[in-house]
Amino acid sequence: MTHRYERVIDVRALARVEGEGAMHVRVRDGAVDDVRLEIYEPPRFFEAFLRGRQHTEPPDITARICGICPVAYQMSACAAIEDACRVTVSPGVAALRRLIYCGEWIESHTLHIYLLHAPDFLGYGSALALAKDRRDLVERGLALKQAGNDLIELIGGRAIHPINVRVGGFYRVPAPRELAPLRERLRAALDQALDTVRWVAGFDFPEFHHDHEMLALCTPGTYPIETGFVTTTGGLSFDVAQFEQHIIEEQVPHSTALHAHLAGRGRYLTGPAARYTLNRHWLTPLAREAAAAAGLGEECRNPYRSIVVRAVETVYAVEEAIRLIDAYEPPPSPAVPVPARAGTGRGATEAPRGTLFHRYDLDPDGRITAARIVPPTSQNQAAIEDDLARFVAGRLDLDDERLTTQCEQAIRNYDPCISCATHFLDLHVERS
Amino acid sequence: MSTPTLAVWKFASCDGCQLSLLDCEDELLAVADRVRIAHFLEASSDVLPGPYDISLVEGSITTPEDAERIQRVRADSRILITIGACATAGGIQALRNQADVDEYAKVVYARPEYLSTLATSTPIAAHVDVDYELHGCPIDRRQLLDTIGALLAGRRPALPAHSVCFDCKLRNNVCVVVARGEPCLGPVTRAGCGAICPAFGRGCFGCFGPAESPNAPAEAALLRATGMSEDDIRRVHRTFNVTAFDTERAS
Ligand code: SF4
Ligand code: SF4
Repeated sequence: MTHRYERVIDVRALARVEGEGAMHVRVRDGAVDDVRLEIYEPPRFFEAFLRGRQHTEPPDITARICGICPVAYQMSACAAIEDACRVTVSPGVAALRRLIYCGEWIESHTLHIYLLHAPDFLGYGSALALAKDRRDLVERGLALKQAGNDLIELIGGRAIHPINVRVGGFYRVPAPRELAPLRERLRAALDQALDTVRWVAGFDFPEFHHDHEMLALCTPGTYPIETGFVTTTGGLSFDVAQFEQHIIEEQVPHSTALHAHLAGRGRYLTGPAARYTLNRHWLTPLAREAAAAAGLGEECRNPYRSIVVRAVETVYAVEEAIRLIDAYEPPPSPAVPVPARAGTGRGATEAPRGTLFHRYDLDPDGRITAARIVPPTSQNQAAIEDDLARFVAGRLDLDDERLTTQCEQAIRNYDPCISCATHFLDLHVERS
Repeated sequence: MSTPTLAVWKFASCDGCQLSLLDCEDELLAVADRVRIAHFLEASSDVLPGPYDISLVEGSITTPEDAERIQRVRADSRILITIGACATAGGIQALRNQADVDEYAKVVYARPEYLSTLATSTPIAAHVDVDYELHGCPIDRRQLLDTIGALLAGRRPALPAHSVCFDCKLRNNVCVVVARGEPCLGPVTRAGCGAICPAFGRGCFGCFGPAESPNAPAEAALLRATGMSEDDIRRVHRTFNVTAFDTERAS
C-alpha cells in the first residue's frame, strides 16, 4: 500500500542469492514499523510429492530442492530413512559420506564468498566485474571451488545432483588410487583456502551484533558435518529425534517459506556462525589459528563476519578431506541393505547454510506416507528479519538507493538459500 | 560486431542448471570475455536492459505471474534456449499435474490460501517458441559451453537425440542390464550426460528425458524382465521428466 506520505523503493529482485525473494520495509514517523523478508519463489511442494514414493527415492528427489547443496539433502534424507529402517552404515561408508560432504562445503562456501558476497565488500556488482580489475583473485576462487566440485564429482559422479548416493551407502566406491590425484589438488586448495581467510579478514566489517540464540549440531570430538546432537548457545541440547518437539514451524502470509522458532524461546540462527560458536574447539589447529589471526573470537555474532567463518570452514573442510583420503580404506561393500519396514525416521546434517532436518513416515512396504523437510533458510528467516529491522533503524538517514544496496548486502550475510526455503528478494522500502 | 549479450532467467527450479554455468570454472572468465552478461541475478547485481542476444531459461511455469513474465522474456530475446528438465519438461514440479494441487498445498502449508500457484507445472515451450533445448536434471556443462560456443561462432549447436546406450558403448561401460540384471532406462533416455550412472554401476533413471523416438514397449518388457513391478516402472518414468515420458509412453 502506498499513499502520498510514503516513498516506496522497489528493487525488482534481489541479486546474488540463490532463489527468488523480496524485502519489504515500512518506516513510519521516522521509525521502522515492519520488516518482511518475502520469499516469492514459487512453491514446489516437495513434501507432497514424496508421499507414495519408495523409501529408496528421497536422496535423488530431495537433491532437486537445491542445486548448490544437493549433497546436504541427500545426506539428511539417507540419515532419516536409515533411522526409520533401523540400519547403521559401515564406518567406511560413513567416512566416504563425510568426504563428499566436505566437497560440498568447499564448493558452496567458495561460491558464496567469491561469487556472491565478496563483491559487496569491494564495491563491485559481481565477481565478473571484479575479475576485470583483479582476475587473479577470481581465478583463485574458481580454482578452490573447482577442487570442491571435483571431489563431489569423483565420489558422486556429478557435481550437481550426484547420482552415486543411495540409502545405505553408495552404488560404487572409489579405489584408493582414484583418490590420490585429488589429494594433490586439495594440497593446492589448502593454500588457496588459507589465502582466502587472510583476504576476507581484511574487509571492512560494519559494527553490528545480534543476540539470537544460535543452533547447530554438535559431535564431541569432531567438527559437525554429517551427524550430531542439536545444541544451542542457550544451553539446549537434544537428540535429532526430538527436533519437532523443540522446533515449531509456522506459515506467514508474506512468504512461501515457513518460519521456525524454538518452542517457548523464539527466534534463532543456524549456519556457519552458529556452528563456529558452538564447535570451534573441534576445528583443526590450522583452521583455529587462521580464525584467530582473522580476528574471530570465541563466538561470531556479527553477521558480516560470517564470510570469515565460511573461509575458515573451507580451510577445515579441505584439511578434513585430506585426512579422510589418507585414512581411506574401501568399505567391504558399497552399501548396506536397507530393507523396508514401517516406522518414522529423522535425520539432520549440517548443510553449508545450517542444520537441515528431514523426517519420513514409512508403511510396511517402505512407502512414504508423510515427509517433512526443515531447511536452514526458513529456520533463519525470523532472525534475519529482526536483524534487518535493527539494521534499517540505524540507517534511516541514507537515501533509498544506498539503503537498498546495504540491505541487500546484509541479507547476503546469511547466504539465504531461497530455493531451499520454498519448497523468495525485491526490496520495497515504504517511508511515511 | 558488438559483444553479444547473454541473459539468464529463472522460473520454478532449484538453480542447478544456471549454476552449471558458474561451475564451468575453467571457462567462466573466458565466456565472460566473449559475451556481455547482461542479466544473471544469481551471479550479478549489474543488470542491463534488453533486448538480449542469447537467453538461457531455467525452470518451469507454475504461477500466473510467471506465465506472463516468460512472454516478456521471449519478446526481449533473439535466441531463447531452455536449460534443464524443469524448463524443457516441467521438471519434478510437474508431478502435481495429475494430482490435486489444493491438496498438495495443504500437505505443505497450513494456510494454502496465501499462495498463488497454478495447477500445473509446464515447460517453457508450452508458452512461447523455443530455439534450442538442453535436457538434463541438471544439464551437462560441457554441452552448455558447446552450445554457447556454437552460437557465438554462428553455427547450429550439435545436440544429441540418440540414447544413453550409445554413449555407454562409446565409454566402454559394462551394460548394467546384461551384466547385473539392473533395471536401466538407458535405451529410451536422451544422451548428453556421458552415461554416468552405468559407469557407477547404476541403471539410468532417465534424468535427461526421452530420446527421440524411443521404443517404449520394448523398454517396458526389458524393465519387467529385470524384476521391476508395473508400479516401479510407472514411478521411474514419473520423476524428473514426467510430462516428456508420459507423452512418449502414451504414443
Ligand atoms: S532441471 Fe533439475 S537441475 Fe535443472 S533447475 Fe530443474 S531441478 Fe534443478
Ligand atoms: S545415466 Fe541416465 S539418469 Fe544417469 S545421469 Fe545419465 S541420463 Fe541421468
